[in-house]
Amino acid sequence: MTMKRPGTPAPPAARPPAAGATAPVQVSRWSTAATVTTACAAVAVVLLALAPYVIGTNLTQPMVTLFLLAAMASLWNLLAGYAGMISFGQQAYLGIGAYALYLLGRAGISPFAAIPLAAAAAAVAAAGIFLILRRLSGGYFAVASWVVAECLFLYVTTQGWLGGGTGVGLQQLSSMVPVVREADTYWTALAVLVLCAGGGYLLVRSRFGLDSRATGGEPVAAAAVGVEVQRTRRLAYVLAAAGFGAIGAMLIISGLYIDPASVFNINYSADMLFMVVIGGLGTIEGPLIGALILFAAQQVFAQYGAWYLVGIGALAIAVVLLAPAGLWGMVSGRRGWSLLPVGYRVRSHRRSP
Amino acid sequence: MTWLNDTLQGIFVGGGYALTAVGLSLMFGVMRLVNLAHGDLAVCATYLVTSMMAALGVPFLAALLLMLPLAFAAGAVLQLALFDRALRTGPLAPLLVTFGLSIMIQNLLQQTYSANVRGVPAGSIDVSAAHLGGLVLPGLSVLKLALALVVIGGLSAALRFTGWGRRVRATSDDVAIARLQGIRVRPLFATVTGIAIAAAALAGTLGAVTTGVYPTLGTLTLIFAFEAVVIGGLGSLWGTLLGGILIGVTQVLVSQVSVPYATLASQLLFLLVLVVRPEGLFGTGEAAGQATGAEA
Repeated sequence: MTMKRPGTPAPPAARPPAAGATAPVQVSRWSTAATVTTACAAVAVVLLALAPYVIGTNLTQPMVTLFLLAAMASLWNLLAGYAGMISFGQQAYLGIGAYALYLLGRAGISPFAAIPLAAAAAAVAAAGIFLILRRLSGGYFAVASWVVAECLFLYVTTQGWLGGGTGVGLQQLSSMVPVVREADTYWTALAVLVLCAGGGYLLVRSRFGLDSRATGGEPVAAAAVGVEVQRTRRLAYVLAAAGFGAIGAMLIISGLYIDPASVFNINYSADMLFMVVIGGLGTIEGPLIGALILFAAQQVFAQYGAWYLVGIGALAIAVVLLAPAGLWGMVSGRRGWSLLPVGYRVRSHRRSP
Repeated sequence: MTWLNDTLQGIFVGGGYALTAVGLSLMFGVMRLVNLAHGDLAVCATYLVTSMMAALGVPFLAALLLMLPLAFAAGAVLQLALFDRALRTGPLAPLLVTFGLSIMIQNLLQQTYSANVRGVPAGSIDVSAAHLGGLVLPGLSVLKLALALVVIGGLSAALRFTGWGRRVRATSDDVAIARLQGIRVRPLFATVTGIAIAAAALAGTLGAVTTGVYPTLGTLTLIFAFEAVVIGGLGSLWGTLLGGILIGVTQVLVSQVSVPYATLASQLLFLLVLVVRPEGLFGTGEAAGQATGAEA
């Protein structure tokens, strides 16, 4: 997907225009395919929202996992695919969100109502942590953010009021009727996904999209043409952290329990990398496809232990080296598809005979 | 006297970190490649040594010496098959590829050897400690520090005085111009990665004699090694030794006060160095550009 600003000279049309005629091109962003996709997505969200009434809560529980995976992939892609920041430490904000929800719950706030507050807590923490990371890039950024998550993990394990190494449970929800609780959890997870993926899409279509692509591609050149590199990076980092905070809150709501070793686990970063890389780094559609693939692999190969992770890791390496655009990038690049368009396209008019 | 002894023990621990980190530092300095599977490859080598001891019935030292050329070969093959291509693909690709490799190795080891901690019987070179006044000199730790000095000294000398070293330094400065001078970069990089992985394998195996080995051990191994490289400064092997020692001393001294905070203290030291001096204590200006992406 190449981005074209409106007003940039169009590539030569297939047929050279007659002398004196205006260039027969049209610059547009939207397309019929995009209208159809957006409509389908809206219908899909409505159908998914009705699911608890139809399929029962046995099937909605794995769906919660899928929604949260897809939300994580969308956010990680916002960082790595657009702003050029590969982080192996986003589990820090999952943990902050989960523990913030636990503390808010102890203070008497209903867990479902506390999710936005947990997200805000993660965003505030991210704004502070970004001060440590802001000058770093590449491998330094990746490992330093990982070390920050390790620090939080080590800190929580030493703190008795946070349950230490054994973790904490969410008492309030245990007293709810299970069917109601599971349905509420499902709807909230769906809302978190819609906000993370939809919000990310709108963000990328805004000026931030161009700024972040420029920043991720070549920060020095981006700064030279007037992009505020640090502001763009900070915005991406803080907004993504807010999303991860909400997902972390959902992890404790859906599991009713959280312990530091599992929520601050680097495996979350591995999952995010696999989903985004396999689906297509720097595309809107790719991470969602990657989430479906990882989820399917987890479900189908669960009985073979961790072998599926070996396979998925090999697949991710192969994709990075042989098809860096990912699955969606390959399809859209070959066919020229863009179901959720981000860039502008230049089309040449065919003259009617 | 006890704090003096604690500092000495910290230096010994740091020698082990430095021996692991020297390969990471070398690859970082020469190829700008952050190998996130560095620790996992060291753990892999440790498991290989235990398997060779069990299967061939050879003593620890023989298995260790047999393993080193294999580790060198594995490093060279990885460089030729994966890392070269990743370096050509783009700036993000090496991170994605080596992290993917790390997850693959960890899960492969878990499926093959189970998640339990496995002891590494050292046999003849066991951990007898000598006492010197109030100071304790644990044999294995002294050996690790001595090996770190030998490896770093040897590599520094080789980089400075041999033809191989001149080619490596030229390539590190500018790959394109080195190619124009007739240097064959791919085999050169393969030897660099081979040496890096062999050193990590040596350090990992000796370290596992005291702590045992488990499939996810490589994660912490990598983090400590990376911290040693960054604290010491990119492009300086002796800096890496000092970085490792600083981490080791911090951990041992803090653990005298409170054991749970020992690791946390060394992580915070690393973050502090990143904030105050991202180019590291002995780093060059060029290293700072590497760390910060030379941003405006």
